[in-house]
Amino acid sequence: MAHASLQELIAAHADREGPLLPILHDVQAAFGHISEDAMRTIAHALNLSRAEVHGVVSFYHDFKTAPDARPVLKLCRAEACKARGVEALLPAIENTAGSRVKVETIYCLGLCAVGPAALVGNTVHARLTAERASALVASL
Amino acid sequence: MKVRISDDAVALACGADAVAAAFFAAGCEVERVSSWGMHWLEPLVELDGVSYGPVTPEDAAIIMRHSREGGNPPPDADPRLRGGDALWGKPIANHPFLARQQRLTFARAGQTRPLSLDDYAATGGWAGLAKARALGSDETMAEVLASGLRGRGGAGFPAAIKWKTVADAISDRKYIVCNADEGDSATFADRMVMEGDPFMLIEGMAIAGLAVGATKAFVYIRSEYPHAIAKMQAAVQASAHLVAPFAIEVRVGAGAYVCGEETSLLNSLEGKRGEVRAKPPLPALKGLFGQPTVVNNVLTLAAVPWILANGGAAYAAYGMGRSKGTMPVQLAGNVKHGGLFEVAFGITLGELVNEIGGGTASGRPVKAVQVGGPLGAYIHPDQFDLPFDYEAFTAADALIGHAGITVFDDTADMAAMARFAFEFCAAESCGKCTPCRIGSTRGVEVMDGILAARNSSPERGGGPRSGGGAGAGDTPNVSTVPNRPLHQPSGGPPPRSGEDFALITDLAETMKYGSLCALGGFTPYPVLSALKHWPEDFA
Repeated sequence: MAHASLQELIAAHADREGPLLPILHDVQAAFGHISEDAMRTIAHALNLSRAEVHGVVSFYHDFKTAPDARPVLKLCRAEACKARGVEALLPAIENTAGSRVKVETIYCLGLCAVGPAALVGNTVHARLTAERASALVASL
Repeated sequence: MKVRISDDAVALACGADAVAAAFFAAGCEVERVSSWGMHWLEPLVELDGVSYGPVTPEDAAIIMRHSREGGNPPPDADPRLRGGDALWGKPIANHPFLARQQRLTFARAGQTRPLSLDDYAATGGWAGLAKARALGSDETMAEVLASGLRGRGGAGFPAAIKWKTVADAISDRKYIVCNADEGDSATFADRMVMEGDPFMLIEGMAIAGLAVGATKAFVYIRSEYPHAIAKMQAAVQASAHLVAPFAIEVRVGAGAYVCGEETSLLNSLEGKRGEVRAKPPLPALKGLFGQPTVVNNVLTLAAVPWILANGGAAYAAYGMGRSKGTMPVQLAGNVKHGGLFEVAFGITLGELVNEIGGGTASGRPVKAVQVGGPLGAYIHPDQFDLPFDYEAFTAADALIGHAGITVFDDTADMAAMARFAFEFCAAESCGKCTPCRIGSTRGVEVMDGILAARNSSPERGGGPRSGGGAGAGDTPNVSTVPNRPLHQPSGGPPPRSGEDFALITDLAETMKYGSLCALGGFTPYPVLSALKHWPEDFA
């Protein structure tokens, strides 16, 4: 897949107020992670210290510093999904996922009356049962 | 034949796209509209004013035939659809769930195409902005003041007072920031506004900008809401010419719950770690990039067009005491009729949970409800006469917050939920203040000790609790304690639960009074309320 270069991603946000998060989002999306080199380049371009950029990257759950090519299932385990039984699905999900699929916990997709809910890419899934959740994981 | 099917995330998550494809394949014109907010009925299909839900793609032919021929639901319809909770071949507008509501903010829900400027204008859109432009800044703020509108994000601060502070601040650059970082579990009203009626939010921001003298707005949307982000970006672009010179930019969060706190959100917008700022200075005086800034929740801004179009007094005619207007209540969790219920303040919690929500989805007794998200108190059914009113909730040691209600049935393990409150706080703490950063982690450890003692007590059969499945206490990482030698050394003396309870109470006190923001400061509410009302779950 052809990516815009890091420099192009940075330049695209040059005229924004507070451009760091939009840049980091684009870098994460394009490269799957934000490398040490990328952090240095971004820091230089925005006239920030490397430590400042590192501090921001490490603060937010969405930004990863190492590549991980596995497909990801983001499973909501907040209160409303707990009330609808998400915890009981975990053994089946983890069993199907093994080490092949990464199962991440997130807190709330705003699908709180039709949980348990999960996000794969930009696709939302609700009313998960152990069977449906396992099938979803298997399909990734 | 024209069918209407929602493209709200709830509908999509329940399979609305496949249903829409089935109707399209059968020759229907398919119109994608916002959601009525009756989530147990999604995917909901509306055909000539008659509605069906929940629908599967296989139902398309049956529904089309029923629509043509009328009469009772055909016998070959999926039996699931003819249960008491389904809606099958009736006009949705007469549904009791809708009939009892007072929809001001959600007046268009289910009826318009979210990104259609024509639909928006045809249903009264932009009337509030036109009025504000005619009235000017001072009189616009006077209408908002008269409405009694209070911040819907949780704090309940009067919106007009905040606006006046920004308006009176002297600066050549001011900002409107819309807080769309709706991270509380059980809340989805902001998401529904952005996905279902984005122009209303844009109109509200433009009115706020006009009132305080700001020409730039940011909408900060959490990354967990990809559909809301896409709709808002499209709507901002489509309506730019209608709000110019006012300009709006959509920004995306990065998975930090604490960025829903306004000063943390401002730091995040500036490209910094989402750490909370000490107040004062107030964001109204020194907010985004140090400039005077209105930070309002989505629902606060979304209420403004109606207030301007209909007058502040008309809005204030709804509600009770100092809680004026309507609140989009969100019924969630283990509830039979979950979804969005907009109603004037003053309705009781019991009416919401039992009458409107219909009790639990599982059919078991209601054990607890949590109001106000992960920082809200757990409320016992004994307190269900509590009216939905900011002051009444505060007096009962609870909070309305963003008006999300999570219902739990009697399988819920309240000690596990108390542990989760600490766990959530530990995961989401920004780390700036010690009571929150350290207190939450110590809280998890002490709760682990209490759970271990409980699970090994002779009355419990000496083993982990079985069944339920609703609480985190049943997960392996909770009931096994290999990394907790302090509280349960293998073969050592039994854990000291009495001391643990004193520790929890003490810790909660420290977090409540010592934390910089509501994350650490309110985490004690779910913990202490669970301990107070369900002590049997802890021993």
